[in-house]
Amino acid sequence: MPAESNLTMTCEAVAELLPEVVDGAIPAPTAVTRHVETCLRCQAELVQYRKVLRALHQLRTEVLEPAPGLFTDILTSLEGAGERRAIRSLLRQRRAAYVGAIAGATAAAGAAGIIVLASRARHRKLRLAG
Amino acid sequence: MPLDQAELVAAAKGGDREAFDELVRQTYADAYTLAYRLTRNEEDARDVVQEAYLRAYRGLGRFRADARFSTWMYRIVANCASTALSRRSRSRHDDLPDDAPVADDRPEADPEMMAEATILRDRVDEALAHLPARLRAVVVLRDVYDLPHEAIAAELGISEAAAKVRLHRARRRLREQLFPMRGEEAARAG
Ligand SMILES: [Zn+2]
Repeated sequence: MPAESNLTMTCEAVAELLPEVVDGAIPAPTAVTRHVETCLRCQAELVQYRKVLRALHQLRTEVLEPAPGLFTDILTSLEGAGERRAIRSLLRQRRAAYVGAIAGATAAAGAAGIIVLASRARHRKLRLAG
Repeated sequence: MPLDQAELVAAAKGGDREAFDELVRQTYADAYTLAYRLTRNEEDARDVVQEAYLRAYRGLGRFRADARFSTWMYRIVANCASTALSRRSRSRHDDLPDDAPVADDRPEADPEMMAEATILRDRVDEALAHLPARLRAVVVLRDVYDLPHEAIAAELGISEAAAKVRLHRARRRLREQLFPMRGEEAARAG
């Protein structure tokens, strides 16, 4: 393999970097560029990566046709969300009144509990006394 | 020329439901295509698209006017698909690890003959189907839909470094599948 013997990078090391540098997003290290310029094997591999990338780009122009009914289904689920949203805001308005009512009820229940305990204590006391 | 999407977004933000419906009409086939490319399953893709438009509708207030609506939708679809895929792999335990060998069912063909663009496009689509979902997601979003690494990482819930590693692996796997001959042999054959 003549290309490997007189250059600083091996084909394996270059091949490892090709998928990263193929799109030009990051500049290829000079050692890689120099190797590829003189190595047919790595040049061929780079061309293969470029073809893969081009084919992937082309996929973008293809739009699949969804099975019928998807558009209606999307609108229906949006409709449902809209209704839920309306219900939620209605609930929020009611919650203010509801929370007030709960606070009252809890206070009442607490008072009732105290009454029960007090009466039990009284009974016990009464029994002890009797 | 359909109504400008920026105008539709502005109207939808102002509470115009019909404007949002029109946005859906203009973009749903495209969103479905991405969802299908990520999930490789029609039913999952339909669910993902419905969920994505719901999220888009609820999050419209956060959409920046200087962005493209389609790009914003791609990000939401990617996020929904990622959730759907992780749910699916948890329930089925069938997702292949990154480096698992895939069954080689390539038709016998001379790669030089296959180099023609349209044929290669069909074959790359087929090769994508053989990739593990986590590699496929990154390469589809980056190389087909042109999303930046940062957006891909954010929507898939991974680091940017992980996104780059997956992209690297995915590209290599695609090349190996499309060009079974090593560079050296191809160079000699050509
Ligand atoms: Zn080389």
